[in-house]
Amino acid sequence: MNRTKQIVSGLARRQRAEKRFRFYGFAAVVLGMAFLLLLFGSIVVNGYKAFTQTYIELPIYFDPAVIDPSGEHDHQTLFSADYWKLVKTAVYQKFPQVSGRKERRELTRMVSEGSVYELREQVLENPQLIGTTQHVWLAADDDIDMLMKGYIDRDVPEDERRLSDRVIGYVDSMREVNAIERQFNTTFFAAGDSREPEQAGILGALMGSFLTLIVTLLLSFPIGVAAAIYLEEFAPRNRFIDLIEININNLAAVPSIIFGLLGLAIFINWFGMPRSTPVVGGLVLGLMTLPTIIIASRVSIQSVPPSIKEAALGVGASRMQAMFHHVLPIATPGMLTGTIIGMARALGETAPLLMIGMVAFIVDPPGGFTEPATALPVQIFLWSDSPERGFTERTSAAILVLLAFLIAMNAAAVYLREKVTKRF
Amino acid sequence: MDTTETLAIPIPEQLDPPAVTGKMDLDLTTVGDFTVPEPRMKIRDVNVFYGQKQAIFDVNLDIGSNAVVAMIGPSGCGKTTLLRCLNRMNDTIDGCRVEGRVEMDGKNVYARKMDPVLLRARVGMVFQKPNPFPKSIFDNVAYGPRIHGLVRDRTDLEEVVHTSLEKAGLLDEVKDRLDQPGTGLSGGQQQRLCIARAIAVSPEVILMDEPCSALDPIATARIEELIGELRENFSIAIVTHSMQQAARVSQRTAYFHLGYLVEVGSTKDIFTTPKHQLTEEYITGRFG
Repeated sequence: MNRTKQIVSGLARRQRAEKRFRFYGFAAVVLGMAFLLLLFGSIVVNGYKAFTQTYIELPIYFDPAVIDPSGEHDHQTLFSADYWKLVKTAVYQKFPQVSGRKERRELTRMVSEGSVYELREQVLENPQLIGTTQHVWLAADDDIDMLMKGYIDRDVPEDERRLSDRVIGYVDSMREVNAIERQFNTTFFAAGDSREPEQAGILGALMGSFLTLIVTLLLSFPIGVAAAIYLEEFAPRNRFIDLIEININNLAAVPSIIFGLLGLAIFINWFGMPRSTPVVGGLVLGLMTLPTIIIASRVSIQSVPPSIKEAALGVGASRMQAMFHHVLPIATPGMLTGTIIGMARALGETAPLLMIGMVAFIVDPPGGFTEPATALPVQIFLWSDSPERGFTERTSAAILVLLAFLIAMNAAAVYLREKVTKRF
Repeated sequence: MDTTETLAIPIPEQLDPPAVTGKMDLDLTTVGDFTVPEPRMKIRDVNVFYGQKQAIFDVNLDIGSNAVVAMIGPSGCGKTTLLRCLNRMNDTIDGCRVEGRVEMDGKNVYARKMDPVLLRARVGMVFQKPNPFPKSIFDNVAYGPRIHGLVRDRTDLEEVVHTSLEKAGLLDEVKDRLDQPGTGLSGGQQQRLCIARAIAVSPEVILMDEPCSALDPIATARIEELIGELRENFSIAIVTHSMQQAARVSQRTAYFHLGYLVEVGSTKDIFTTPKHQLTEEYITGRFG
């Protein structure tokens, strides 16, 4: 009975140790969650206001004398007409009491310079507007937007503030008659980059990332899976194959900017591919992702019970049939998981894209794989570098878009994985 | 996958050390007649190596037509290795090398132009652990005929599947759920499914590698009964750890020791009047 006693005396200590360990584990999870919440929280708090934008309602008189003197609705004339003059006239009418060059300049500056494109588009779309007066909501300048979002402190002395007391007065008077308000920021989702925060949008970067990732996926998934199958099933065991395996494992750890240099040297300088394009970005990121996919695919092939393969070989399946009929269907979920990880990494990659010129200031969203583009993380990097307060919140908003893109991508992959995974 | 088993400690633990030296001095040349009239397969002077280590030494053995030959012996004696030589399953093991001849219809199956795919269609195999594909019962049995193009259409295929399941004694239990996963069956049923899968390609020889070692006595009895029935149409080589099983199902028995074929003969003779000292000690349970 002495032995029982000994064991019992140790039991309490063992239980305590287990309890302690469980607590450590739980604490680690809680800490992780807390940091994650903090991270997301700060991004959301900084960024959610960028999804709205301040608009000013102006009664625009589409003056035929200004935009269509000939009265022929000629496209070229309408295209190059001076729409800013319409805006100016409308603003002066709204505040007839304001006079003086400086004051009037301040007044017109409240409206975004991008408004001219908005007006031009409306006229080109519907020339019947000419000669009529329409109440149009035009985007406000980013400083006004910041004021409306409460980022400009009215208590700061006037000469240290970006907006004068007069302008704040104009805004307040418009507010009273509901001629200025925050609306959903369609520009942010429908436009490319711009020097002006209120005209800048994420669409160009989103399209750039999307096109780049398509190239990456098309390149790295088939090649990666084929390489993994070959190495696992068909490669002879010799020094050369060992060397290849070591190199693949090492490639997975190579800093991504090296791949950017490689892309610059080979794809752009040697092959003469166009710079700043999704095709080159996709090739570079594809090379970067390959080792990840190969390694994950090999691991998932290895994890298939060998008895399945033996069973197939035993009834006379060739090695390829055993692989494709039995091993691959079981290994596919693991391969897809590896691909998700690789693609997620590729989506968040900035450094190699800088090397191949995807950091350029590109206004128009790309329409194809060979048109200049930028990518989401690069856009975030560019905006975070801009001094305007408007870009600060757009940076956070762009991060939110990037995260949403990532979640959508992963959700699609998980859905696909569930679909391929046979339940038995 | 069986390398560990074959490479396991060659000397059974039950042997006490002084006895070993005595045993090792024994003559290990085969006692008994390894030939049979009209053999289905012939094993001649086969040596098998795993890297530097030799696992089989100069084995000669015939696999008779429509008969069951049992291979018995202590763990690590090479019986599974030899069995896997017959359909070249050893090809899948890295570093495994086979010397000598394994003949089927007078042709060496290890000849360069012999395709292992054809060989394995003629020499089927049932493994130690039931290993149905993670597919439906129907697809498990239909797989072989499908890949070999043995059936013309769906009706043909269904007939082959039904016949095979019937021969494997499984049809009555599963005919209402052929679309259910094969992995959902009980262990014994799974093993019979694997037998059905093997016979669906109509092989000439069936190799069984301890087919009952993972099964309970009732399932084992069922499989043994089945082996007796299958003997009418197929030639069978079975590796087993159970001497009772060897005695029950086989007509000939081969006793292996440390990679040597020590004794071969009719099952009755081996179990009643073993000629070699090692055989006698093994079947009387003194070691093994």
